[in-house]
Amino acid sequence: MTDLTKLTMTEALAGMSKGEFTSVELTEAHVRAVEASRPLNAFITETPDQAIAMAERADARRAKGEAGPMNGLPIAVKDLFCTEGFQTTAGSHILEGFKPPYESTVTANLWRDGAVMLGKVNLDEFAMGSSNVTSHFGPVVSPWSQGTLVQRDLAEEGGFLSELTAAVRQPRPVQEWQWTRKLVPGGSSGGSAAAVAARCAMAATGTDTGGSIRQPASFVGIVGIKPTYGRCSRWGIVAFASSLDQAGPMTRTVEDAALMLGSMCGFDPKDSTSVDMPVPDFRAALTGDIRGLKVGIPKEYRVDGMPAEIEKLWQQGIDWLKAAGAEPVEISLPHTKYALATYYIVAPAECSSNLARYDGVRFGLRVEGKDLKDMYENTRAEGFGAEVKRRIMIGTYVLSAGYYDAYYRKAQQVRTRIAQDFEQAYKQCDVILTPTAPSTAFAIGEKMDDPIAMYLNDVFTVPASLAGLPGISVPAGLASDGLPLGLQILGRPFDESTVLRVAGVLENAAGFDALPPFVAARG
Amino acid sequence: MSLDKATVAKIAHLARIKVPEADQDHLAGELSNILNFVEQLNEVDTAGVQPMTSVAPHKLRRRPDAVTDGGIRDAVLLNAPDSAEGFFVVPKVVE
Repeated sequence: MTDLTKLTMTEALAGMSKGEFTSVELTEAHVRAVEASRPLNAFITETPDQAIAMAERADARRAKGEAGPMNGLPIAVKDLFCTEGFQTTAGSHILEGFKPPYESTVTANLWRDGAVMLGKVNLDEFAMGSSNVTSHFGPVVSPWSQGTLVQRDLAEEGGFLSELTAAVRQPRPVQEWQWTRKLVPGGSSGGSAAAVAARCAMAATGTDTGGSIRQPASFVGIVGIKPTYGRCSRWGIVAFASSLDQAGPMTRTVEDAALMLGSMCGFDPKDSTSVDMPVPDFRAALTGDIRGLKVGIPKEYRVDGMPAEIEKLWQQGIDWLKAAGAEPVEISLPHTKYALATYYIVAPAECSSNLARYDGVRFGLRVEGKDLKDMYENTRAEGFGAEVKRRIMIGTYVLSAGYYDAYYRKAQQVRTRIAQDFEQAYKQCDVILTPTAPSTAFAIGEKMDDPIAMYLNDVFTVPASLAGLPGISVPAGLASDGLPLGLQILGRPFDESTVLRVAGVLENAAGFDALPPFVAARG
Repeated sequence: MSLDKATVAKIAHLARIKVPEADQDHLAGELSNILNFVEQLNEVDTAGVQPMTSVAPHKLRRRPDAVTDGGIRDAVLLNAPDSAEGFFVVPKVVE
């Protein structure tokens, strides 16, 4: 049998419907791959028993002719989505051990369509970060990090464990990876990105507030799409900045992204910002025909200090789309340079409000104090990490009396300007093409002591987030350091179909097929 | 804008996060850097510009002000650090 972990979701669906393998077989291969990928620290919680049980139910549904669009496909869930009865931490000490008595709408939609949960994947604490180094559960190592693999089988060691593994006739390989340089997978959806790139999950859910799906997708060479704000319900997703947060899929191909996005989207009366409009057939949009389409090239995205090879790849992307019949148009988004500053007022302001609920009373960590207020302060001091505290305090400050107008109101006005820039641009073009990130992945530990340098990772993704627009990152090539680089396509509100169609053309032209040095299942 | 120690202590208290005095200077430096960075927004002319309240051009939906669920006390208390007789338990608030 072919290596099941190398398949795309679309290929796996075809294989299962032809009876070549079952979801249980597919899921078992991925459960083993999850175990083999432990050196990446991608998973916070593995749920192998749940995975097999869901796979058995998926196979039963398929046998009865009731297979949903994602039937039997094993995926990972960012640990920001509440999953009923399974620990949901948001990467934070303050939520460690929290078992929600409810299921997020997005994951409920995926299970409704037959997807199988492998486990909950790591992320920056409360999705605040671009590197996955702020997680309470430790950083995720990018599978693109260089290293050497030492593999042995537990069965060779003798003793109780080897008898056990021999009894179930399941080899339990132990992989020890000696890292020479540990790279970040990007963030905040770093565990999702690493799991999909390392071939231990077929896909993963992500969330994107300022680029948290697109930037890690670019860093690890996979596809990640943030749909229009309002497309995916935010109900049951641990809130960071509510006017920006949006869920989306992280996959290895554009077609898989279209498939999974279709399952994740949909109107939800439980989220007052969920938009009540039909979900198109995103896969049907992948016609490959972009003739006559106008592709905007924003001149403000040529930022100082951007590596020449990113500029070159961007030009290559323009040439690819041109060769496919699209027409590049120079556009201007004049307020681009103010997007990051706007974001770093709006997002902390909303986070300070959203995270007020973590007080040690109703759920999560409690650290006792001499009175109630003291208990609040102790709990939040111990429960939150440095970056979360920093953002809560910035948010508290910009919302406080005397500063609200100077900071928060001003930022909301600039946000209007940024959205107007895009409105103007979309009078001249249908989509916008930009690089996804200003660099390839950096090493764990770099940029840690300079929050502003870290924030610059999101310079190309944040403007579309502020405007609520859909955006996708597609792997477009390898840089001279051997690491992946993505190109980003932005679209009009609720025009994910065109975004995906152009992404499909870009994907074909780029023909990105490089594998990371660390792949969970070998052979 | 440069924040001093006293301001940091005040923000920390408003945010209900205990910040030991020894950390206040360092934090003041970090927060000041971020505030200096965001002050570039003053360059933007926003006279007469409406502050954005929602990116999606739709009105917030409303539902009848009615109980739509309930009777899930045990689920609500499920993750409580401390509870008794169907209530959350907190340190004494009134002497």
